[in-house]
Amino acid sequence: MHKIKRSLTYIFLSIVSFVSIFPFLWMIISSTNKSVDVTKGSLLPGTHFMENLRNLLNTTDLTTALLNSAQIAVITTILALFIASMAGYGFQVFRSKSRDIVFNIILLSMMIPFAALMVPLYRFFAQISKVAPAIGIDTLSAVILPTMTTAFLIFFFRQSTKMFPKDLLEAGRMDGLNELGVFIKIYMPTMKTTYAAAAIITFMSSWNNYLWPLIVLQTPENTTIPLLISNLGAGYAPDYGVIMTAIVIATIPTAAVFFIMQKHFVAGMMGSVK
Amino acid sequence: MKEKKSGLSLHKTTGLTAWSFIIIAVSIIVLFYFYPMIDALLLSFKSGMGANLQFVGLDNYKRLFTDSTFITAVSNTFFYLIIQVPVMIILALFISVLLNDSNLKGRGFFRTAIFLPCVTSLVAYSIIFKYLFAADGLVNMLLMKLHLIADPIQWLTDPFWAKITIIIAITWRWTGYNMIFYLSALQNIDKSIYEAAKIDGANAPRQFFNITIPMLKPIILFTSITSTIGTLQLFDEVMNITKGGPGNATLSISQYIYNLSFKYNADFGYAATVSYSIVFMIVILAIIQFKVAGDKDA
Repeated sequence: MHKIKRSLTYIFLSIVSFVSIFPFLWMIISSTNKSVDVTKGSLLPGTHFMENLRNLLNTTDLTTALLNSAQIAVITTILALFIASMAGYGFQVFRSKSRDIVFNIILLSMMIPFAALMVPLYRFFAQISKVAPAIGIDTLSAVILPTMTTAFLIFFFRQSTKMFPKDLLEAGRMDGLNELGVFIKIYMPTMKTTYAAAAIITFMSSWNNYLWPLIVLQTPENTTIPLLISNLGAGYAPDYGVIMTAIVIATIPTAAVFFIMQKHFVAGMMGSVK
Repeated sequence: MKEKKSGLSLHKTTGLTAWSFIIIAVSIIVLFYFYPMIDALLLSFKSGMGANLQFVGLDNYKRLFTDSTFITAVSNTFFYLIIQVPVMIILALFISVLLNDSNLKGRGFFRTAIFLPCVTSLVAYSIIFKYLFAADGLVNMLLMKLHLIADPIQWLTDPFWAKITIIIAITWRWTGYNMIFYLSALQNIDKSIYEAAKIDGANAPRQFFNITIPMLKPIILFTSITSTIGTLQLFDEVMNITKGGPGNATLSISQYIYNLSFKYNADFGYAATVSYSIVFMIVILAIIQFKVAGDKDA
């Protein structure tokens, strides 16, 4: 009886794992096959990866999209980490009644769905375009600016700061550091794991962001990876091999982040419940 | 007196320093969250094409109740919610309980494999699912080879099956994500509780319903609310798998707002009204969450 239960557990978990992994395998296999073979349902690796890659580079703005996505994700991550950690630190280290009230109001923004923001944000950036086209509609800055910080990240850093030993801050002040110095020279280096987890969350959501770039970016030279893939997928005569190659390339950075930093990855996710 | 004064001024400077730490973040949140929300509220009382907006009072709100596309989008969203969220949560719970057994071999592999879908971007996995579930796609080929179906299922072009495809896709993407939360909560349950239950003769299902479920209640509630909020905002999948079709059979509220604003002749006023309907639903959910979480503390 026990043995049967055990085997059923293994069979069930194997099926679930297979279903979870299969689309990845299919994507990788298809990126090495010709479009015709993909439609025939071929599940064997082919030899056309380089050819698919060449076609992808020749027929789409892949390099531009990769560079734009990388630029947006890296700048957003650096800015968001700095701004949100300063705020999270500030709210916790310099606690006061008024700042606690401000913090609670900031938290309310976590409830605002992006669906409710897309129209007014678009109008806002359309206004900005009139005075400062460099950061208005159809610029990478317009993608970065609204995501420069989130209430969740501020909350995440504030929670982590609660564990931070107060003595270290005092020691820094005794050494004659000013408040900003204490933050940069003592807090930041000590909180490496928190920063790593926050960086992963921010990088992933920025790299994968779709709806806002879809609205605000309009010209091919400002395209991003999700926009490029979405466009390829919507085509009437899709070249499956080429599209799967694009998806493989788009997934490599996030998959790499996941496998290299698995621990921080889960820590970052859990941060939202603690 | 003098001492008091200098104490006060020191307090003032620390106050200024403190505010300088948070001012940038607060300004960004106000500028990109709260200001747009106020703008949207004002917009929701106006109507017209593009920039030609006129005050129409509550007309937009009245229009919601007679707008059949809006009603379709809301009922689609609730269809996804009612089926997808419970199925995913039960599946994730079941998997976590199986994986929590320390005698199980290959736990690490199973856990990583089931979590893997979370590393894909929503757009990327949507395109993969669109092709897998095409009428002549791999899923139909497989089902027909196994003789489970005689004719291909119209996964993307039949109104019912298209909704099911969206539900399968979301479940694939998010089950592992929820599983991680349950797994870590399970590790915090004291093993001796199960030992005691075993001695009392409680079998596995009874242990599951009488110990595991009550102990995990807060985290189950948390994941249900986040999944519900996520589903209320569903966009990327519907846009890339079915484009809301066939007809409007899979249209989500977010996609309807997008269509109203950026696809047809822009009616920002009415789009803002529709977006406030999502805000309204999320606020209600948040209040429920707050109430239940509050009960726990009391």
